[in-house]
Amino acid sequence: MPLLPAIVLIGIFLAGPIVWSFYGSFTNAALTGANAKNPEWIGLDNYTSLFADPLFPKSLLLTVIFVLVSAVIGQNFLGLGLALLIRRAHRPVSDVVGICVVAAWVLPEIVAAFVAYAFFFRDGTLNQLTGFAGLPAVDWLFEHPMLAIILANVWRGTAFSMMVYQAALDDVPQEVTEAAEIDGAGGAKTLVFVTVPMIRRSIATNLMLITLQTLAVFTLIYVMTAGGPTNRSTTLPIMAYEEAFRYSDIGYGTAIAVVMLIIGAAFSLAYIRLLRERNPS
Amino acid sequence: MSVPFSSTPTPTTTAAPRTGGAGSPRGAHRGSPSWTASAVLGLIALCFVVPLSWLVLASFDAEATYETALPASFSLANFTAILTPEQTFLPLWNNLILSAGSAAVTVIAAVLAAYPLSRFNTRFNRPFLYTVLFGTCLPITAIMVPVYSLFVQLNMLDSLAATTFFMAATSLPMAIWMTKNFMDSVPVSLEEAAWVDGASAMKALWHIVVPLMRPGLGVVFIFVFIQAWGNFFVPFILLFSQQNQPAAVSIFRFFGQFGTIAYGQLAAFSILYALPVIVLYVLVSRVFGGSFAMSGALKG
Repeated sequence: MPLLPAIVLIGIFLAGPIVWSFYGSFTNAALTGANAKNPEWIGLDNYTSLFADPLFPKSLLLTVIFVLVSAVIGQNFLGLGLALLIRRAHRPVSDVVGICVVAAWVLPEIVAAFVAYAFFFRDGTLNQLTGFAGLPAVDWLFEHPMLAIILANVWRGTAFSMMVYQAALDDVPQEVTEAAEIDGAGGAKTLVFVTVPMIRRSIATNLMLITLQTLAVFTLIYVMTAGGPTNRSTTLPIMAYEEAFRYSDIGYGTAIAVVMLIIGAAFSLAYIRLLRERNPS
Repeated sequence: MSVPFSSTPTPTTTAAPRTGGAGSPRGAHRGSPSWTASAVLGLIALCFVVPLSWLVLASFDAEATYETALPASFSLANFTAILTPEQTFLPLWNNLILSAGSAAVTVIAAVLAAYPLSRFNTRFNRPFLYTVLFGTCLPITAIMVPVYSLFVQLNMLDSLAATTFFMAATSLPMAIWMTKNFMDSVPVSLEEAAWVDGASAMKALWHIVVPLMRPGLGVVFIFVFIQAWGNFFVPFILLFSQQNQPAAVSIFRFFGQFGTIAYGQLAAFSILYALPVIVLYVLVSRVFGGSFAMSGALKG
């Protein structure tokens, strides 16, 4: 049975944590002490306190803003724009631009996070640049933490959308767009009424994937702001980590993980439905 | 989404390298290139490069700060200062064990799993494939809290081997998906000949199919390797003793202890750590070609 190794690995290390998180969220498991090894069953207590916790709706909202602005709007539109422009620009320019955009994406996440931290730091590069323009220095990470992490995530992740759209645009037959332009459609009209409908499946796939990726972003935020100041950039992964490892409440952190899993599962199912429609075999 | 966290796995890494765009013969450029497009692109590229320039400049500057500046004198002092066994070599070695180990485990398990899915049409295939795909999309790395407590229960905390297997498992769904797509393009006729000659399915797999899909397996291996190499959150949670920690975690500790003093060394360390994945990435995009890797990942 050649499937066995894969099933064992997936069973222990993927299904294991998922099943375990549903179980663990009903216990008072702690980081240290007696409840670390032998947690007690406490029923729905973690969930009742989670829904009563004022930080939870705030964190959920910050997560939605982060995903919506940095991925769905930022990465998606910038990626599409770049893919379109690269086809119209001079060859050497598009090659160099491709490398620059992909460079931020291919770096290890911790390095990208440091680079973003240095860029937005009080004495960092961004304030240097605004200083040249005569603007006052702003402590970006402290005064505008959400803006900083959103811009950092756009910088880091746009390459993915750009590559998806480059591949999609390569599959659009040139004759179709040419025909539209001969019929008198301008560049913008061709884009909206011909090109975009033809790559709509790639758009849907891309949106789904970057949403799920951005939902799970931890390192970038943890290094740049650690969720602060005063929880102003605490997205759900940060909140789960803080509750579990700073406040030693593993059970509570696990309940937050379950919420993230359910959100992820919903998007996953939507994505699979989408693929099925594409391959109805 | 499996391993890579923001990049993550994720299917992220699946979309491969098409640095240049304009890859396909069909309609790479429409008409003559436009100067406006080039100018706008140049401006955007500048925004992407400026943050990175700090990393490079600071690493060669013995008196680096968080400001981007040309070093007063070009110096390798930062690199020589961190090139010690405990600072650089041991963490990078741990990284190598984690990444190569999980990539090897993933590729072997993925080949075995992909073979029946690709070759035998059973009613079990589609549900399994969709389950695999579903697993690819779950934010597993976002739920390190339950993973941690599972590792506590199984007494596997601070074990490089267990962490390697966990990382292999998180990238396995994506790897099975890619491997099956690559395997589908290997013609069955060759194996049928082997079967007629009395070879078992396993023999046919190892001696005929695997050698034929070496480039595809190379892509899968390198993707898993890059994901594991760049991962911070998983080893950060699961490995706590210093002799087990990979570079991502030791860089973070270094930043916590000396980050506010030794910017240059931090930058130098980051560059040494990032270099292998950059080299591998360039290798994939040059040798295999971007659209080839992409086809394995995104095809339905």
